[in-house]
Amino acid sequence: MELVFLINIIEAGLRTGTPLLFATLGELITERAGVLNLGVEGMMLVGALAGFAVASSTGNPWIGVLVAMLAGGAISLLHAFVSITLRGDQVVSGLALTFVGTGLTSVLGAPYVQIRDVPRLSVVPLPFLENIPLIGSSILYPLFGEQNIIFFIGLLLVPAVWFWIERTRPGLQLRAIGEKPAAADAVGVNVGALRYFYVFVGGVFAGLAGASLSLAVTPLWIDEMTAGQGWIAVGLVIFAGWNPWRALMGAYIFGALRRMPLDLQAVAWLPFASNPILGVWLNMIPYLFTILALIFSSREAIRKRLGAPAALGIPYVRGERGA
Amino acid sequence: MRLKIEPRLETPRWLPFVSIVLALILALLIGAIPLAYGGLDPFVAYRQMFRTGFFEPYSFSDTLVKATPLILAGLGVTIAFRMRLWNIGAEGQLFLGAWATTGVALFWLPPTTPKVVMLAAMTLAGFAAGALWGAIPGVLKAKLGVNEIISSLMLTYVAFEFNNYFVYGPWAAGGFGLTAPFPRTAWFPRLTDFGDAVPAFRGMTAHLGILYGVVAAVILFIIFKYSKWGYELKVIGDNPDAARYAGMNLSRTIIMTMIISGGLAGLAGMSEVAGVVHRLQENFSPGYGFTAIIVAWLARLNPLAVIVVGYLFGGLLVGGDAIQPAGIPLLIQGIILFCVISADTFTRYRLRIVQPVASTATN
Repeated sequence: MELVFLINIIEAGLRTGTPLLFATLGELITERAGVLNLGVEGMMLVGALAGFAVASSTGNPWIGVLVAMLAGGAISLLHAFVSITLRGDQVVSGLALTFVGTGLTSVLGAPYVQIRDVPRLSVVPLPFLENIPLIGSSILYPLFGEQNIIFFIGLLLVPAVWFWIERTRPGLQLRAIGEKPAAADAVGVNVGALRYFYVFVGGVFAGLAGASLSLAVTPLWIDEMTAGQGWIAVGLVIFAGWNPWRALMGAYIFGALRRMPLDLQAVAWLPFASNPILGVWLNMIPYLFTILALIFSSREAIRKRLGAPAALGIPYVRGERGA
Repeated sequence: MRLKIEPRLETPRWLPFVSIVLALILALLIGAIPLAYGGLDPFVAYRQMFRTGFFEPYSFSDTLVKATPLILAGLGVTIAFRMRLWNIGAEGQLFLGAWATTGVALFWLPPTTPKVVMLAAMTLAGFAAGALWGAIPGVLKAKLGVNEIISSLMLTYVAFEFNNYFVYGPWAAGGFGLTAPFPRTAWFPRLTDFGDAVPAFRGMTAHLGILYGVVAAVILFIIFKYSKWGYELKVIGDNPDAARYAGMNLSRTIIMTMIISGGLAGLAGMSEVAGVVHRLQENFSPGYGFTAIIVAWLARLNPLAVIVVGYLFGGLLVGGDAIQPAGIPLLIQGIILFCVISADTFTRYRLRIVQPVASTATN
């Protein structure tokens, strides 16, 4: 009985954590390039609506995903322009991007609120998992046997992102413009153009995160359907210490936490089961846990001298001190 | 030939003002595109918004009503942003302030309490609850180095749930997500209450809260300009290392700033329930605490300018209520913010067109 309960929570974590994983990976890449983009929430909403609208009008969810990624990338260029070309304040620009994304999707999304039968991204059935002895039918199949295809895309993206950042030549340039842009500039790297590119990549990931919400996890469109997940993703990047593997772990933990209020309300011996009003306290869990995770990770960061990319949030101006 | 951005050696005094006006005009022009795409005639929508917000008989009073929480919360954001402390959780602090105010008005003081005592207690409670909610990210930042952007925003979501618990649970009246109405002793005086003496005030709902806002703005202006604390805020914001070497107590100043910042946002919530809603309910704020961020930035973190910008945005909200869909004011606010940050660049830098020189690389 307890095992089933635990498996259910972990399975929900893998499923609902996947959009968070995409958003976190995207922000991680952008921040490693030295740009702080607090507009994740807005970009996710743009992706969620674009994906939903295109999928429901074309009938093909994959076209929806593609357009969502492009839309997320396109809207992120606003932030790139203000923070890279105009050297504006990145915190305020990111906030503005969230406002724009939220307002824009509310204005353009009105006709889609009523639609319920959007074509969804499909589940990948893995029936053979059930035949594995001992853990097959009790653990492996319930966890992975009926996951949506986005779950597997997420699993593949983590090593891909890690490899790109840590093991390739473009990845070296990516880290360089985030840590020491002046040095990168000195050896001929075009800091501004590369930062544009990685802000765009972050937007593409956030768009994918939004589409995976509106086309797989909760297949519908409502205003502000991300409910703060974009902000949690920004927190998760800190929690992950800018490392894709830890982002994977963090996203799944938070996916489980976001689902836990529902699961706990069904537990008969907890007071929440008999009194639904008490359940609102459970809804606080993911947000409180984000704060706890930040407390934990900032202490660890001090101890291990891990930290943010050195040039994070600082516009690069050739010849200026501190660049 | 290409554009080059280079720092200005000095900024003409008129430039910031002109740049903001141009930014606002540009924002409205850009905002017209999604409006048209959404099926509205932008010209008609804007005219409707401006007329409702500023040029109808009750516009002044209605706009003051919406400006009141924007000014109070905007001042809270201003003081934090002055020292580059990114308190973006004003909305949550506002909710906590409204919650404590409601506790005083409905449960913790008898309805027969004299009005002055009642309103004073509500004011203190609203400020204190907002201050407490603001102090949490302040302490976390000062003592543990926790990023205040995330923590203050996460606490906003927690505040929403906290509020929901009370309006659906122990404080619910009828189970519709709202409490019973406040007793009249807990209502802020409104212009319309003086309608017998001044007939022109009849039907005007502007309330005492706007005076709170104006007084708070003047006090903050004086503090920023003349006090040691105001000076410390600026130094810490500009250069924390220099401030530390100069012997300033960074963590104490961070916590104090967040307490006052949260307290002002709490007052915004207090004045909203005492002056407008007269009860606590689930969604009594259309995001005043978030709009306050834009108000503060647009006012260039100047408390007196917060009054003017707060009034303008109050009008935008009043006008926005007159047109559908509901997301339009938020969208325009976001575009305004982008245009203002962009305009800031042109007050700090200037654009020059330069002829290419063979040896220089591109930036």
